[in-house]
Amino acid sequence: MENNIRLLLNNISVVYSDVIQVLKGVSLTVKKGQIVSLLGSNGAGKTTTLKAVSGLLKPENGKVTEGSIEYDGSPVQNSSPEEITRKGIIQVLEGRQEFKYLTVEENLRVGTATRWGKPYKKDLEMVYHYFPALLARKGNLAGYCSGGELQMLVMGRGLMAQPKLLLLDEPSLGLAPLLVKEIFQIIRRVNNELGTTLMLVEQNANMALQIAHYGYVMENGKIVMESDAEDLRENPDVKEFYLGTAATGTLKSYKDVKSYKRRKRWL
Amino acid sequence: MEFFLQLLVNGLSLGFLYAVSALGFVMIFKSSSVLNFAHGELLAIGAFMFLVLSAWAKLPIILAFAITMIGSFALGFVVERLFLRPLIGEALIEVIMLTVGLAIMFKGIMLFIFGGDIHDYPKFLPEGLSMEWGAIQIPSVYVATFVIGILFLIIFGLFFKYSSQGIYMRSVADNQPAALSLGVHVKRVFALSWAIAALVCAMSGIVLGIINGVNVHELSSIGLKVFPVVILGGLDSIGGAIIGGVIIGLLETFTGGYISTSLREVIPYIVLVIILMVRPYGLFGLVEIERV
Ligand SMILES: Nc1ncnc2c1ncn2[C@@H]1O[C@H](COP(=O)(O)OP(=O)(O)O)[C@@H](O)[C@H]1O
Ligand SMILES: [Mg+2]
Repeated sequence: MENNIRLLLNNISVVYSDVIQVLKGVSLTVKKGQIVSLLGSNGAGKTTTLKAVSGLLKPENGKVTEGSIEYDGSPVQNSSPEEITRKGIIQVLEGRQEFKYLTVEENLRVGTATRWGKPYKKDLEMVYHYFPALLARKGNLAGYCSGGELQMLVMGRGLMAQPKLLLLDEPSLGLAPLLVKEIFQIIRRVNNELGTTLMLVEQNANMALQIAHYGYVMENGKIVMESDAEDLRENPDVKEFYLGTAATGTLKSYKDVKSYKRRKRWL
Repeated sequence: MEFFLQLLVNGLSLGFLYAVSALGFVMIFKSSSVLNFAHGELLAIGAFMFLVLSAWAKLPIILAFAITMIGSFALGFVVERLFLRPLIGEALIEVIMLTVGLAIMFKGIMLFIFGGDIHDYPKFLPEGLSMEWGAIQIPSVYVATFVIGILFLIIFGLFFKYSSQGIYMRSVADNQPAALSLGVHVKRVFALSWAIAALVCAMSGIVLGIINGVNVHELSSIGLKVFPVVILGGLDSIGGAIIGGVIIGLLETFTGGYISTSLREVIPYIVLVIILMVRPYGLFGLVEIERV
């Protein structure tokens, strides 16, 4: 039982700049080989959770003040990103942070930083296999790629590191629905074929719950719901707040003040 | 015409020299946003290291050169580790003051050891290196400068374009958080850029020492010329630094040749002021890529 757990967050609290508490006792489990989705509205603390895992809180003056993060059984909280990436955890940042003045292929090569000096040709082929659109653009500056290409680029760049745990922060943000579908299919294939464990942060719960095995819902720095992805898809609250369809199938009236308020807060 | 060609060659080789050392300055700035006011002192340290090894210890020239290169590379590393790293994340002005402080300290130490006199390297460049085309005579030191300058530029060009380490360095300059997320050792990149900067400075310092003699004041003031060079080229552009270096080198030699030798030293700064008035981001600063 213990050793099929890749990541364990045990009641963690995160504080920025010593005073701003953002996470208040978050616990979650990611099993090996699974896709676990972390849902929640803007500002809920999803990105902060990922950064706590990847060590990227440190440069932002954030800290895990309570609880523990265990990766493959050993504690990693508050380690540096250099150490954590070398253990096999890679975070793909929100908002497609490409290297503008590097070509597409050079961007991918930065993904080999955790294993400098080792061969990487096979990994490039693997990335081009999953993202054929990148192959056609490999000599172009990333700064001139489209949003969809960039999302593929940053995900492919993460895969170049041969991660055991890949953290994806809002891959669907700002992309056209067809493109989102394509990208989610690729995420599922990567999980199936490479066996990469994935943590998927999304506001697009509809798409995320279609490919995830398990899901957590976060609100205000706390986990408020967790369940198998199927159950979450059927859950009336999730349906109402995330999937945009009320259980009855009819739109609720704005006169239903409580629901309106909650809806606003969620979205 | 011969005079013109001769000035052209002198100017180009001087320009390559400025370009090579400006490369170090730009690299530090690009990776860590630090303006290195100790640039000239790094030139001087390299030149004196070579003086000690070649003239005083009487090592074979090639060996003395190799040790100077390795020694200054190591010095760059140590300077970053000891002085710059504790200030990572501090305000820009503090870091600038630190490099000014370093400059004063280095200069003081060198003046203490070597005094303010001009020292000379042993003559080691073979006379056969000099070239003659008709009436044009290019002294061997300029030929050597030209060759070494181009060689260094090519080596660094290849390093940044193709080597993994070079690509990691560019990634840090481009988007530091993203580089960090992929496990790039950002601090190591800072250290490496100081090491490379010290190395290229030493290289330029030695050649300048061959041309003008080795003198603390002279070399550290030549170091100031990196400012017109990089501002001409755009602070964040390596290609711009090379073009900037060549332009300043040419301007200097042509002013010296056709107008007056006393104006020669002033011209780069006059150009600097003019450029800053018309193009505050330099002539070749990176064009910001913006998506719509
Ligand atoms: N570096 C930071 N310093 C202070 N507060 C921060 C910082 N980063 C995020 N926060 C705050 O933490 C809360 C959660 O942010 P975040 O984790 O980015 O949420 P999400 O990704 O779910 O939108 C927000 O209220 C945000 O303002
Ligand atoms: Mg976020």
